[in-house]
Amino acid sequence: MEDIKPIMFKVTVDGVEVEVAPGTTIMQAARQIGPEVAPPAMCYYEPLKGSGGKCRACLVKVAAGSAKDPRPMPKLVASCITPVQDGMVVENFTNPQVVEARKGVVEFLLLNHPLDCPVCDQAGECHLQDFAFENGVSTTRYEEERRTFEKEDIGPYIQLHMTRCVLCYRCVYTADQITDGRVHGVMGRGDHAEISTYIGRAIDNDFSGNVIDVCPVGALTDKTYRFKNRVWFSKPVDAHCDCDKCSGKVQLWYRGDEVIRVTARKNEWGEVKEFICNTCRFEKKKTSDWVIEGPTKVNRASVISANKYGANLIKKPDFALKLAESQFKKIDDSRPYVNDMAEIKQSEDYKALMQKNESFFKK
Amino acid sequence: MTENNNIVFTPERLAKVQEIIARYPEGRQKSALLPVLHLAQEQFAWMSQGVMDYVASLLSIKPVEVYEVASFYTMFHLEPVGKHVIEYCRTGPCVLMGGEEVFGHLQQKLGIKKGETTADGLFTLKEVECLAACGWGPCFQIREKYYMHLNNQKVDEIIEELSK
Amino acid sequence: MSLKILTEHCSTPGIETFEVYRKKGGYTAVEKALKKMTPDEVVEEVKKSGVRGRGGAGFPMGMKWSFLAKPEGVPRYLVCNADESEPGTFKDHYLMKTIPHLLVEGMIISSYALGANKSFIYVRGELMYVIRILEKAIEEAKAAGFLGKNILGSGYDLELVVQPGGGAYICGEETALLESLEGKRGNPRNKPPFPAVKGLYQSPTVVNNVESISTVSWIINNGGDAYAAVGVGKSTGTKLISASGHINKPGVYEIELGLSCDEFLNSDEYCGGVRTGHRLKAVVAGGSSVPIVPGSLFLKTANGEDRLMSYESLSDGGFATGTMLGSGGFIAFDETACIVRNTWNFSRFYEHESCGQCSPCREGTGWMQKVLNRIEHGKGSMSDIDLLVDVSKKIEGNTICPLGDAAAWPVASAIRHFRDEFEWHIKHPLEATKPGAVYAGAVLV
Repeated sequence: MEDIKPIMFKVTVDGVEVEVAPGTTIMQAARQIGPEVAPPAMCYYEPLKGSGGKCRACLVKVAAGSAKDPRPMPKLVASCITPVQDGMVVENFTNPQVVEARKGVVEFLLLNHPLDCPVCDQAGECHLQDFAFENGVSTTRYEEERRTFEKEDIGPYIQLHMTRCVLCYRCVYTADQITDGRVHGVMGRGDHAEISTYIGRAIDNDFSGNVIDVCPVGALTDKTYRFKNRVWFSKPVDAHCDCDKCSGKVQLWYRGDEVIRVTARKNEWGEVKEFICNTCRFEKKKTSDWVIEGPTKVNRASVISANKYGANLIKKPDFALKLAESQFKKIDDSRPYVNDMAEIKQSEDYKALMQKNESFFKK
Repeated sequence: MTENNNIVFTPERLAKVQEIIARYPEGRQKSALLPVLHLAQEQFAWMSQGVMDYVASLLSIKPVEVYEVASFYTMFHLEPVGKHVIEYCRTGPCVLMGGEEVFGHLQQKLGIKKGETTADGLFTLKEVECLAACGWGPCFQIREKYYMHLNNQKVDEIIEELSK
Repeated sequence: MSLKILTEHCSTPGIETFEVYRKKGGYTAVEKALKKMTPDEVVEEVKKSGVRGRGGAGFPMGMKWSFLAKPEGVPRYLVCNADESEPGTFKDHYLMKTIPHLLVEGMIISSYALGANKSFIYVRGELMYVIRILEKAIEEAKAAGFLGKNILGSGYDLELVVQPGGGAYICGEETALLESLEGKRGNPRNKPPFPAVKGLYQSPTVVNNVESISTVSWIINNGGDAYAAVGVGKSTGTKLISASGHINKPGVYEIELGLSCDEFLNSDEYCGGVRTGHRLKAVVAGGSSVPIVPGSLFLKTANGEDRLMSYESLSDGGFATGTMLGSGGFIAFDETACIVRNTWNFSRFYEHESCGQCSPCREGTGWMQKVLNRIEHGKGSMSDIDLLVDVSKKIEGNTICPLGDAAAWPVASAIRHFRDEFEWHIKHPLEATKPGAVYAGAVLV
């Protein structure tokens, strides 16, 4: 075969240029550059076909559509589903409109979220926490009653806590694409839409546990791990076993000598590339079940990396600037102000003040 | 599966289901879902789990695919309903034509609120959004029939007639 | 009398039957197109006519047709959007129940032009009685040889299917409609790919509104140029306007685009004026999604020019002082109407109809509805007004489909033009919540 150099597209994200293959999305191009310019993602999940476009967390400004047609796109676009063009210029953390829109998305997602992080198993590895911390404001303007849902039992292994759900649809795609028979889905619509089996059926098949790993929040959690620990007190270790159903490549989460949880391995974007079976996840909780490879290299996705919500974030380029900008309030200088001293001197207040400070003013 | 042996379409409707499925390209029988759900509601009055599972089996799709769809579209009743389901429009244009008063009267007349069924099982009131009859409002719909230009007196007459 | 392209025969008794429709010149356009024209020639005529999508977006139909991908060996589909659900709009309902063959004829010619052998008419499920009328019309057309195999010996085959919806406004969005037609939840799709490339069953698809398709027979009979000669500028032809609210003669009217708004509202040929004894307060010109404007801004632009019923004139002034022709859902409000209550009503509609897929729309529509509900019921605070504006801005433009914009505009425009009425509600809750209470400070026409 002749060696043909593929045509590559040049894309600029937040001032950093990268060459990518045609068909690449803005999100993927940005991720190739690195986490400092990668837009946040609450619903997009690369391994799941069809995911993305829903949460609007990854909205970006396309400041120039392509080299051929350098006009900006009129609306912000979801970077996870928008393919790049050659010469496209994308603004992400550097565009005030994007920063503002993301603040809006954080607020929308938190509107009906219970904020029960202190009792939520996901706390510390929750994408909504990360997203809100990095892109939101710490107050809410929502005064209405929060939406709640009836608890639904979906079997012995998985806890469904619908009130925390952000309707990313990841678990639905997982059930469709990883398992052989989906029994849960999204019921209802609008702000009453919910993840459910509708008839209170157990989500039960060999790969069902993966919905726990793909859930960005604490809506689907591991019942065998429930309330056992806080993630930052545990130590992840890469391990594998010879499994006839899955790759057997997992992370074991230790507290002391005890394996308290088994999960699939996640990459730096929090995505599972190799899904694991329920036997590995729920039933092999002894060190002797596994071949230990060594401590997991911890990066972005967990609070167990030092200073998760602290100083290291400030190191992100422009983060301090971004923060300052987001908290900066323009002074309203359109109000009329009194500049006629003669009028002021007539006021009772002024006279009283003058009397009080007579000695001072006479100096 | 559930024991709902008595949930089965009449032979005419079963033939209709086959005719509907044949409308779509090979392998796209899921397209028949909405028309078949309408047929099902026509016969079984509401979407019990048994009815939805039956529809799923007819179209060779997963039951959850039916639940998802039936719960998305507002025309399908997910709870038992009375003999006559009165679906009245609550949207702006009908309100401008006096809808709030007329439907207030309707509720009083039947002694029930939206979403409720009369004790005799004759009427269910359901509040719906725009029925695309804005210039002919206030309006409501009972099954396939549109009742338009409503006022209190007309409402009384319709209820009398249907109560017979 | 102005030219009636769609409604000329609507009052003819029996026009819903094939026999009468045929006697009135029906189906001659099918004969002309299939016997004397190539599909490309049909597309060309429609392009020349300049007819714009009548569902609300106003995109030129001929251009939409020319975007259709035509890969070898892949079927193409034409889908007619008859999911009319926009509050204030009932023209398609009227047209289909009155003269169903006009749509059937248009579908045959349009399908021929696009090379589709199976076409769908997706009708909102509530209009089951209209579906039965259409199905009967299709049967009649088939019996007369205008549908089925080898139509009129041209070698062209077409099957027409009427599909019921299930009660969801969102299915009027074309990709949600396609999802629904595939038997799924009506969640709008991410774009790209657009339906012209990957639509129904992943095949190239054109989705057109009922009224748009119904113009095709006239265009073929009389030529695209003749159609383009009607109307004003880029607003060619005629448009059906659904008129409702506080007017003397609510109903569906066919107007030549470019008619003055004053004449439309006040002449006896159309609305017959504001309800006798009342005065005009506000107008929604093109269905509940378009910005609401005070009566004065409906009749005249901010520059004092006469406002015309056309795409361009109605949007003159942009969001600040203009509105849109949209789907032609004209709603008039007289001084008895409460803008706050109406805005709350519309926002409740959008909350109810949001599919719930994307977060700004799912959460934002409900939030706006709740805040408006509070204001309407005497529990609002002044900061709520700016909150509403801010929330509407955070929804607008940031959603998967235009429902977000449609939900944001009525709220933002109502506050823009009727802010004092909102403030009155908040400052005088006891007075404002009395039954029938209306803000007295509104400027009337």
